[in-house]
Amino acid sequence: MSSLLEVRDLEVKFGLRSGDITAIDGVSFELDPGERMGLVGESGAGKSVTGFAIINLISKPGYISRGSIHFEGKEISAYPPDKMRTIRGNRISMIFQDPMMTLNPVYTIGFQMIETLKAHRDISKSQARAIALEKLKLVQMPSPEKRLAQYPHELSGGMRQRIIIAISLLADPAIIIADEPTTALDVTIQAEIMDLLQELCENEKMGLMLITHDLGVVSQVTEKIAVMYAGKIIEYGPTETVVHHPVHPYTIGLIGSIPGSIEPGKDLRQIPGMMPTLTNIPPGCAFNPRCELAADICTRQTPVLEEKQNGIMAACHMK
Amino acid sequence: MKTKLQQFKESYFLYSFRRDMVAMASFVVLVIFLGIAFAAPWISPMNPYDSANIDIMNSEIPPMWMDGGSKEFPLGTDNQGRDMLSTMFYGLRTSIIIGLGAVAIQAAIGIVLGLMAGYLGGKTDAILMRLADIQFSFPYLMVAIFMSAIFQVVFGAGSFEQLAIPLLTIIIGLSNWPMFARTIRASVMGEKNKEYVEAARVIGLPQRIIMFRHILPNALTSVMVISTIQVANAVMSEAALSFLGLGMPVTKPSLGSLIRAGQEYFFSGSWWITVLPGLWLVLFVLVINLLGDWLRDVLNPKLYKG
Amino acid sequence: MTTNHTPLLRVQDVVKHFDISGGFLDQLRFKGGIHLEKTTVKAVNNVSLFVNKGETLSVVGESGCGKSTLARLILGLYRPNSGKIFYDGQRIDTLTHEQWLPYRRKMQMIFQDPYASLNPRKTVRQTLEEPLRFHNPKMTAQEARDKVDFVMEQVGVDPAWIARHPHEFSGGQRQRISIARGLILDPDFIVADEPVSALDVSIQAQILNLLMDLREKHDLTYLFITHDLSVVHHISSRVAVLYLGTLCELASANDLFNEPRHPYTRALLSAIPKVGEKKAKHIKLKGEVPTPVKLPSGCVFHNRCVYARERCKKEFPRLIELSNSTFVSCHGVEEGWPMD
Ligand SMILES: Nc1ncnc2c1ncn2[C@@H]1O[C@H](COP(=O)(O)OP(=O)(O)OP(=O)(O)O)[C@@H](O)[C@H]1O
Ligand SMILES: Nc1ncnc2c1ncn2[C@@H]1O[C@H](COP(=O)(O)OP(=O)(O)O)[C@@H](O)[C@H]1O
Ligand code: SF4
Ligand code: SF4
Ligand SMILES: [Mg+2]
Ligand SMILES: [Mg+2]
Repeated sequence: MSSLLEVRDLEVKFGLRSGDITAIDGVSFELDPGERMGLVGESGAGKSVTGFAIINLISKPGYISRGSIHFEGKEISAYPPDKMRTIRGNRISMIFQDPMMTLNPVYTIGFQMIETLKAHRDISKSQARAIALEKLKLVQMPSPEKRLAQYPHELSGGMRQRIIIAISLLADPAIIIADEPTTALDVTIQAEIMDLLQELCENEKMGLMLITHDLGVVSQVTEKIAVMYAGKIIEYGPTETVVHHPVHPYTIGLIGSIPGSIEPGKDLRQIPGMMPTLTNIPPGCAFNPRCELAADICTRQTPVLEEKQNGIMAACHMK
Repeated sequence: MKTKLQQFKESYFLYSFRRDMVAMASFVVLVIFLGIAFAAPWISPMNPYDSANIDIMNSEIPPMWMDGGSKEFPLGTDNQGRDMLSTMFYGLRTSIIIGLGAVAIQAAIGIVLGLMAGYLGGKTDAILMRLADIQFSFPYLMVAIFMSAIFQVVFGAGSFEQLAIPLLTIIIGLSNWPMFARTIRASVMGEKNKEYVEAARVIGLPQRIIMFRHILPNALTSVMVISTIQVANAVMSEAALSFLGLGMPVTKPSLGSLIRAGQEYFFSGSWWITVLPGLWLVLFVLVINLLGDWLRDVLNPKLYKG
Repeated sequence: MTTNHTPLLRVQDVVKHFDISGGFLDQLRFKGGIHLEKTTVKAVNNVSLFVNKGETLSVVGESGCGKSTLARLILGLYRPNSGKIFYDGQRIDTLTHEQWLPYRRKMQMIFQDPYASLNPRKTVRQTLEEPLRFHNPKMTAQEARDKVDFVMEQVGVDPAWIARHPHEFSGGQRQRISIARGLILDPDFIVADEPVSALDVSIQAQILNLLMDLREKHDLTYLFITHDLSVVHHISSRVAVLYLGTLCELASANDLFNEPRHPYTRALLSAIPKVGEKKAKHIKLKGEVPTPVKLPSGCVFHNRCVYARERCKKEFPRLIELSNSTFVSCHGVEEGWPMD
């Protein structure tokens, strides 16, 4: 096992009153140091739950029911909460869509950054302040000294997201998991934040797991892609290849659905129907009711993720 | 297509109700209370309003499990010789009638004013809400005392006995509407900026229809919770007024006037005349409050957000 | 702005400011002597544009730039502080509620949030029949029912679901019902405020296809509001770019995407992430978006524009028409400053 992070056959369930439902069903992938990976899929596909599962942050009725998560040579999927804290926010940081989930509105930026540092490391206040400043400069924050004394609500959405990134960098993590970090931002700001994340990964040799529904963003920033559908990874491979020569019918449909993939004014290549809810996933291939190629076997047997062409792995019987 | 009944059976409402022992027990007790109040004329051993049934010789008989108790009067009798059980049944009935009536009045005034304040905003809002503030800053008991004193003077103590129930209902109803107005206003302000309201405006529907047919039904859930608690409060207000001698006359007792009538005899040993109606009232108010709390929790589920 | 024929919709120098100063105490200021100060959000500032019959005009811009406010002004949900709005040559911004009614049949709206745009207490039938009954009091129950069925089929919702409530539908289906409500009065003109922004890509494609399909079948004219430029390119004939409530550029979709003229339009276009294209260098803007409460002087874009000169800080650039009916509001374009 050489990868920085290696997830194998991960399964996450939620215990609901009507019985357990499987939100993540046998997901496997790996991430090398400095590698940027995109996790894409539609709402409810299981992207966020996968991200949360890695750092054991799944909320109450949910639990990891199977699989292993190897990080820096250690199995962390069954770490107790206090041990997990040495990893979460330290070796693996997470950035959320809504900056206010991480920032406390009643404290200054500086206070929050310094407290975070002191919680993880045994350092003096002035040392902590110096590190905070350094990280703010690293995320190209204009006039960083001034920001330390400001409150979150005094900053714009783009600046807040920069602060969040700076906070996530405080402990020099090996991996950043970014869950829709720019979905709430405007395109011009999004472009800047994505530039920043990419540069940071390249310069600091940090792994990035970018969770998003926007294939455009993923295709520009990441080196490999995992496409999720109904709790499974159905296509996995190098970004270039997946985007230009997708194999799985769902990925093909997804890319065809994007305006801009086709001549303006023409009908988009839509996928009929919608993703099933977790409580009634069809038997066999979960995509079969929407798939043009579906054959008999697709309703009987669940396809497994296997090597298809050009280094792409896909879960489909017909390809 | 599911029927309404099926939908109800599968609803979160019923599910959480059946898992909550306190809510179920309160509900059962409340239903029993309501049943008793409704059926009081038929199930009471005697009619305490009818002086023909009352024999002063029977006064202050203790409950049947005590020395000197009698099977005829399971909970004993009061100072006038009325069967305690029957007076408590009748008293509950009177209290509930006044409580429900008063809440209906509060709700009607509060909902209409709150809806107008919330939807129309601006000056209408400012005026109505200042009015509510003023009403609120008078302790409602004071308002009620003041009003019932005036009524008693105007109509005379004699006819007051006839008019007591409607008068008390109106007095308590008028004194507490700001609660409803504020609650409704807050939820209307939340609703009115939703796109479905704009859609109704784009269709060209008149304001009246938008307010009452589109916004009000969506703002009503918040009212359900306070309505239950307000019924309990109204019953308590009525008891308080009666206890102060401004409410129901002793000849047609509510729970409050029973407690009042009995307290003089408390130290002479006939504690049951005042304690039993007191416990009766506390239990009734308690189950309503418990149900109200449960309802508030159910109607505010913390939904999962991705 | 002039055109040689009557456009279906014309918006002329429209201004909308919102007073958010709150009560007396909030307005009180002590600096420079005790006085009252009002706070206003300058949401739409002197916007002029027109929409011709049968075309789709997209209004794009970043969040808070006044797109939704403009939509609501056009539909009479807000009254402009100044300026005029004409529909089919008739001035509509001064009409009373009753005078608006005939226009309500012709102008309809589709909303962004599929979860908030349908009344949760009403069934699909009630939602769709209400506008019909209101505008055609003589209509029989059967006629209304037939019309509702017809429209539901057109938007791809099974009429058998007519008795259901919105919470029983997915986001995409709700959006279809919302579109059905917009169509049920047979309007000519539809304002769609971010109709696909809340939807997943595959559902978004279904709805976009539906909207284009309906445009053809019913001869509709759209004012299409969105922040997503790839959607704009796909569905519109002309595009208006807004920044801080001000119109920067108005041009045909092809011209705008091939040869953007205004510096802001250029930055915006360069920032769109395109699937399968390695990242081109996007144009970096300086500074931060100012708030619409304190608009910059002169050109509202000057604090972020790389080409800004002294004139830009002082003078508001007027909207000029370039050769091919492209309108731009920029001193640099007007004077031919070098921009690469
Ligand atoms: N606490 C929970 N209880 C029950 N089901 C849950 C819970 N959290 C997540 N799920 C379910 O797990 C599935 C995956 O959710 P997840 O949040 O990972 O989706 P996602 O791909 O991140 O979507 P989005 O793009 O909307 O963020 C969904 O079907 C969701 O409903
Ligand atoms: N009713 C209102 N009261 C006060 N401010 C408003 C109101 N509606 C919109 N605004 C403000 O006007 C500006 C433009 O808003 P909007 O038109 O909704 O932007 P967009 O739709 O382009 O995102 C924003 O700053 C917004 O906060
Ligand atoms: S396995 Fe069958 S149904 Fe699934 S994607 Fe492949 S062809 Fe389609
Ligand atoms: S007017 Fe000046 S500041 Fe404004 S866009 Fe043109 S060049 Fe830039
Ligand atoms: Mg998510
Ligand atoms: Mg908007």
